[in-house]
Amino acid sequence: MPKLTIDGIEVDAEPGMTILQAADLVGIEIPRFCYHERLSIAGNCRMCLVEVKPGPPKPAASCAMPVAEGMQVWTQSDLAVKARKGVMEFLLINHPLDCPICDQGGECDLQDQAMAFGGDRSRFLEHKRAVTEKYLGPLVKTAMTRCIHCTRCVRFITEIAGIPELGMVGRGEHAEITSYVEKALSSELSGNIVDLCPVGALTSAPYAFHARPWELRKVESVDVFDAVGSNIRIDVRGNAVMRVLPRLNEDINEEWLADKSRHAIDGLRYQRLDQPYVREDGTLRPASWEEALRAVAGRLLAADADKVAALAGDMVDAEAMMVLKDLMGVIGSPHMDCRQDGAALDPEDRGSYLFNPTIAGIESADALLIVGSDPRWEAPILNARIRKRHLMGGFPIAVIGPRTDLTYPVEDLGNDPDVLDDMARGRHPFWRVLDDAERPMILVGMGALTRPDGANILASARHLADRVGAFKDDWNGLAILHTAAARVGGLELGFVPGPRGRDTAEIVAGAGRGEIDVVYLLGADEIDTAALGEAFVIYQGHHGDAGANRADAILPGAAYTEKNATYVNTEGRMQRTWLAVHPPGEAREDWKILRALSSAMGKPLSLNTLEDVRARLAEVSPTFAAGNEGGIVAAPPVRGALGGSGGRLERTPFTTPIGNYYRTDPISRASRTMAECTDVYINATGDGDSKRTGTDG
Amino acid sequence: MLLSDKDRIFTNLYGQHDWTLKGAQARGDWDGTKAILAQGQDWIIEQVKASGLRGRGGAGFPTGLKWSFMPKTVGERPHYLVVNADEGEPGTCKDRDMMRNDPHKLIEGCLIAGFAMRAHVAYIYIRGEFYREAERLEAAIAQAEEAGLLGDDACGSGWPFRVYVHRGAGAYICGEETALIQSLEGKKGQPRLKPPFPAGVGLYGCPTTVNNVESIAVVPTILRRGASWFTGIGRENNTGTKVFCISGHVNTPCNVEEAMSIPLRTLIEKHAGGVRGGWDNLLAVIPGGASVPLLPKDICDDVLMDFDSLKAAKSGLGTAAVMVMDKSADVVAAIARLSQFYKHESCGQCTPCREGAGWMSRVMDRMVAGDAKLEEIDILEQVTRQVEGHTICALGDAAAWPIQGLIRHFRPEMERRITARRGAVAAE
Repeated sequence: MPKLTIDGIEVDAEPGMTILQAADLVGIEIPRFCYHERLSIAGNCRMCLVEVKPGPPKPAASCAMPVAEGMQVWTQSDLAVKARKGVMEFLLINHPLDCPICDQGGECDLQDQAMAFGGDRSRFLEHKRAVTEKYLGPLVKTAMTRCIHCTRCVRFITEIAGIPELGMVGRGEHAEITSYVEKALSSELSGNIVDLCPVGALTSAPYAFHARPWELRKVESVDVFDAVGSNIRIDVRGNAVMRVLPRLNEDINEEWLADKSRHAIDGLRYQRLDQPYVREDGTLRPASWEEALRAVAGRLLAADADKVAALAGDMVDAEAMMVLKDLMGVIGSPHMDCRQDGAALDPEDRGSYLFNPTIAGIESADALLIVGSDPRWEAPILNARIRKRHLMGGFPIAVIGPRTDLTYPVEDLGNDPDVLDDMARGRHPFWRVLDDAERPMILVGMGALTRPDGANILASARHLADRVGAFKDDWNGLAILHTAAARVGGLELGFVPGPRGRDTAEIVAGAGRGEIDVVYLLGADEIDTAALGEAFVIYQGHHGDAGANRADAILPGAAYTEKNATYVNTEGRMQRTWLAVHPPGEAREDWKILRALSSAMGKPLSLNTLEDVRARLAEVSPTFAAGNEGGIVAAPPVRGALGGSGGRLERTPFTTPIGNYYRTDPISRASRTMAECTDVYINATGDGDSKRTGTDG
Repeated sequence: MLLSDKDRIFTNLYGQHDWTLKGAQARGDWDGTKAILAQGQDWIIEQVKASGLRGRGGAGFPTGLKWSFMPKTVGERPHYLVVNADEGEPGTCKDRDMMRNDPHKLIEGCLIAGFAMRAHVAYIYIRGEFYREAERLEAAIAQAEEAGLLGDDACGSGWPFRVYVHRGAGAYICGEETALIQSLEGKKGQPRLKPPFPAGVGLYGCPTTVNNVESIAVVPTILRRGASWFTGIGRENNTGTKVFCISGHVNTPCNVEEAMSIPLRTLIEKHAGGVRGGWDNLLAVIPGGASVPLLPKDICDDVLMDFDSLKAAKSGLGTAAVMVMDKSADVVAAIARLSQFYKHESCGQCTPCREGAGWMSRVMDRMVAGDAKLEEIDILEQVTRQVEGHTICALGDAAAWPIQGLIRHFRPEMERRITARRGAVAAE
């Protein structure tokens, strides 16, 4: 433990720490631009220069200088302050004085530090440099004249996102950050470079010129566009969500956020259900709440209890599912399911549907097999964590499934379920790798579990996990990667078929055959709504998507930004969103709609406040206990080794459950930004050069 | 006390003799190399330390000490010797002649130095423009390999050793040792942060020592003739012989090997035919390549050409490229041209050099015509201080020093131009 003094304060630093990190320990903030604790050290901005003894009689870059025993550091000495002022002057000479029209204004590192270290007038009498803008895709707007060449973006894209598509070309004054070929950054994490940019060179394109940071109200919440549960901050002006930024959570998203989570939010403004509708003579007409609830209640009361069914969608909160489940109990129907993709998950066995190793735990795994999953699209943040583990070294990764670029090298074992079967029987070379590993991890995606033989695949995977020693006292290597934010919550509270109840496929088929009269779709849009036959369909949700199209009655609900709600991520981590804006128009929080419906049916549930609903949730599962927010109730130990390797596996190759990362749910399908991303990344029509003309739409 | 012919190391500097292995051996190269290697690594390093040899690339760091920083045992990672033949310092042309006319001195030096630092491979990173020199080095390496002097059993010592030539692409910054390593690895030539130093983490992350061509090429002769012979030449702490490159306003520009600490005036008058128009016509001398501050005539009168003496005169020996300006030279324009060079060659990585080199160059361009205010001289001086010592590598210093030298010694001339132009503009 090297001991050193910084500004006269004694610091016990870890060996290998830099001076800047040691200074952070004791609360001495050394200004910096290029340094970022999650990126490699570049040492190029020179803002963090400090005086160090012993050493040469010149200031040292504290971000790169390792601490040493007996070192004396001054961060405020004449030498240090003069160096800093000098660097600041250099940074400013070619930086445009366009703060009033720069989106970074008000949250700009350069602006802030110029206040502290900048001069009050310029001594630079020459012409300023100008740099042409670069095309980096539909999400990142550039103003490269503002660039201070810190290379944070280059390092993020290369190191964390794993796509070497940004770099610095040219030399000296002509050095420019560019994507080399004017191509959109092909990363699902590209939005993070906007956060990293310490100046206004990279700003958010969809958010450009929409708001100033000091106008915004900041609400801490949780993301629902995938099952990772990234922590977010929702920035709100008036009753509009202006932008979403990541919030630090070391266990989940560190400080990153996936592009869809960040940029699909304009979808919250379009296609919204803002008042109830009922279908009359084949067309939906606006109705009052009273009217709509009466119509829905009438249908529910009139139907046979056995002919009522409910499906919960991918973005539904636990509170709403809890109340709907209780309502179904009052009605007396066992037909309900939260697995609208039909995933073969056993709700009775928590260990079989959770991402047991946890996301942070990926870093301590030492071998990984990915089965039927494309984590890059299904959970970009989690994929970045796998890449982070890969970069630490000694982490063999193999994939059984479709060949995709996961941003790290993998051993491609082919896309054949038989390989899994072979492996479960110990007959595959990679079995040896898993078996030799201390903490092997087997990641199973929805591409594997939503198949007809999903249960057998899960059994095979569990059997394999058991055989290679993935179930230990301190390690559970079976990792189920969900794609829906609502899924684990639904499983935890048991929104699954009761005794002799129908699951999703049977409900849809039953409705088609006339065995189900009333179907309650709670935000469920990913089923084949055309197959629901003659059934009376109630859609409760926030967007006019597939479900609302088919519905006979629409009850407008609230999106995740508009309610205090509970979600459980793929790890089983319970987290809560906070109401940032109010639902539009007549729309209401979802659990309240269901509570009102129970009254309209004359069978009022005794859940009168949010606290009541949450108490009920806690009663059903310890996951929802009040003190457990942000935490995980670990899954109980997996039951003894499963006999055999499960049933027969079909020969059909695995497919990915996500066809288009940018449009997976009602919100992102309504988002213009995501439509643009689809054009650029999926349909590959936007290449930056081609301008749309009047004739090509 | 000029260097006598018997003490010259580079006996074929002018290419009058046969450069091939046969000719080199006739001049004494590759003589007893096996016996030298048999003395062991520590002995070699001790001898080089004892000789007082200081790096010939510009910084003058003791060569033996540098070698001793290499790990004493080879761990998981191999050791590398890298020879910096990216001779790009304006005014410098010594390495070129050595490689062209005496390539075997360098190659033998590679073997001995590589052996001393427990490396089996040496890379010679040669400036891309030195096309013929690279060819000749390749040919000389082939000759040495054929004769068994290099290869799996170099000189019969049992030490496998190979030398590879790598051609650069003409960036000045790649002469900086860590940028050179980056470039050698196939990356963009930008200096790395130090620490870690190359001796710990260098080429491909392995322990590496980067030496100038001349530093390596003189080693075999030092070991053959003894450290005391080398220390007998020059002054204390500035020992041995040095190849000077004399250019500019002299009658016969040349490369010449001379004793360290020779008086500048003697050097110019004995070897370069004197200053054009006589010594009294001298205006200033840049004594060590473009990056060191110039010296006005009164200092040049009696300054000695070695590291310490020039440092005391607030300049430096650098690469010993002596650039002479007589009174016909426009000294402000000369330094402005150097500033343009540094602006052009700054790698753009770190702020002070990227931004400062351009700033300084633009102000210098105006200073040539006097299109500035008097107080801008002070601002320019301050800007050079803001660059100097604040950058990742020494290019920032190199860009700052010539201007500092100009202001230190020729400020009246700069002021005269500004005042004259002001007067002319006012008169219009």
